[in-house]
Amino acid sequence: MSRISAHQVKHVANLARLAITDEETETLTKELDAIITFAEQLNELNTENVEPTSHVLEMKNVLREDEAAKGLPIKEVLKNAPDSKDGHIRVPSIME
Amino acid sequence: MSLLDHKAADLHGLLHKKEIKVSDLVDESFKRINQVDHKIKAFLTLNEENARQQALMYDEKFAGGEKLGALFGMPIGIKDNIVTQNIRTTCGSRILENFDPIYDATAVQNLNKAGTITIGKLNMDEFGMGSSNENSAFQKTLNPWNLDYVPGGSSGGSAAAVAAGEVLFSLGSDTGGSIRQPAAFCGVVGLKPTYGRVSRFGLVAFASSLEQIGPITRTVEDNAYLLEALAGVDSMDSTSANVKVPKYTESLTGDIKGLKIGVPKEYLGEGVSAESRNSVLEALKVLEKLGAKWEEVSLPHSKYALSAYYLLSSSEASANLARFDGVRYGYRTDNAKNLIEMYKNTRAEGFGDEVKRRIMLGTFALSSGYYDAYYKKAQQVRTLIKKDFEDVFEKYDVIIGPTAPTPAFKLGEKTTDPLTMYANDILTIPVNLAGVPGISVPCGFAGGLPLGLQIIGRHFDESTVYRVAHAYEQATSFHKEKPYL
Repeated sequence: MSRISAHQVKHVANLARLAITDEETETLTKELDAIITFAEQLNELNTENVEPTSHVLEMKNVLREDEAAKGLPIKEVLKNAPDSKDGHIRVPSIME
Repeated sequence: MSLLDHKAADLHGLLHKKEIKVSDLVDESFKRINQVDHKIKAFLTLNEENARQQALMYDEKFAGGEKLGALFGMPIGIKDNIVTQNIRTTCGSRILENFDPIYDATAVQNLNKAGTITIGKLNMDEFGMGSSNENSAFQKTLNPWNLDYVPGGSSGGSAAAVAAGEVLFSLGSDTGGSIRQPAAFCGVVGLKPTYGRVSRFGLVAFASSLEQIGPITRTVEDNAYLLEALAGVDSMDSTSANVKVPKYTESLTGDIKGLKIGVPKEYLGEGVSAESRNSVLEALKVLEKLGAKWEEVSLPHSKYALSAYYLLSSSEASANLARFDGVRYGYRTDNAKNLIEMYKNTRAEGFGDEVKRRIMLGTFALSSGYYDAYYKKAQQVRTLIKKDFEDVFEKYDVIIGPTAPTPAFKLGEKTTDPLTMYANDILTIPVNLAGVPGISVPCGFAGGLPLGLQIIGRHFDESTVYRVAHAYEQATSFHKEKPYL
């Protein structure tokens, strides 16, 4: 049984904000299906009372003093922006 | 013999005695790059003008008789996912082809304080996703030992440049083996520090809970000097650990009498080539002669590490790489009628196939309805894998096995099926999942290609890892071999 359909792949690509062609959809469906099938070997393990690990070190609430510090200069920040105007980053219109 | 064949401590002595100048080291580095980089293609960007100017400045300091640190004036290369102010940083990706960082990563700041000279930026698999350097958007770095073979990855450029003598050492980053595996394939020394040991501020994030910056060098001693400079807590990285940084070089005593070594049966079993297995068994004999004892142990969940790793690292990548949307930096498509189309086309045109595959896998694993079955399950398995290591470290000082299941493979050999490529990392991935430190040191050759011995230690016990690696290195001569280019 296939773990993921072409329809799902298109849905996931939309969530990931990736434009994919029909050809890519077909390839990705096959590849993701193989990877997910392989990953399902994890189901051999009983993890009922196992805590998930998101981070290996015992660290909690790393805090620092709330002190004002100088930010990055706008001119520098805009240096890498593909499009900017009057000290702002410019993007295409949100609504057509 | 090239000046860059010496270790840092020897060069440091020569600099202080004024027998050589920093400019000589920098000249040698660029001379070697001119001679061999067209063959191995390790560098993406050179920092020649600045490096030469800096060398002249540093020469004046030495001439003035100033007392300077062990790394002062030493030429280094930096993996291209570690940001360097005003030196282009691409991550091996089209999407960052013209990205010019406006600050230095903390690791780079620490190196600058120690006085190293940045020679240039080194090629890598795009965003660190790959084990061969074939996923770089710009060029394929080749193995200096045989140009038909890959240098490993993702820090393939960093390992190849050191092996070829283009720089004295380099920085890499390791998410699932990306320092240790290329170090093994290129016959050099590469350390992945304990998670949290080195600040990740300015390391372009792929999988934040797994990755670390670490040094790639010709000798264990040089590696220890570099970690001394790199390690420490950083207010810019809240996951960096506030744990004292020892003098790692002081642990290089050569004495490993009574050391207890655990050798996981899973690391010498199925999927591991005879060459890799035998080189480890030979290395264990050497360590035994030095007074260490070894026994077979088990890391029973090893076979699940690869699946857990790909789910977790891809999930983290899908979130981390969301920032590449054509707005604040990097590539932006010309082909978009509105904002959403701009995001989608920018990412489709800017990312390579492997990166897209992993973003898709990660987005899927985190998506509604699948989160518990894939992402959470993988995190639970991660707990079991971490526990495997804790159990063994109750009785043993270090764990030893091969770094990779085989020596370097040929270009194109593993590019058709992603799962075949992923399987190359089965012996390095568990170390990242557990967050413990691991080093690869040269331990032999098979068909003219280097093999690596992996030594794994307890959390924050890089000192013992270095002590064992150094004792082994001093008792063998594999690290003295050099590729003919």
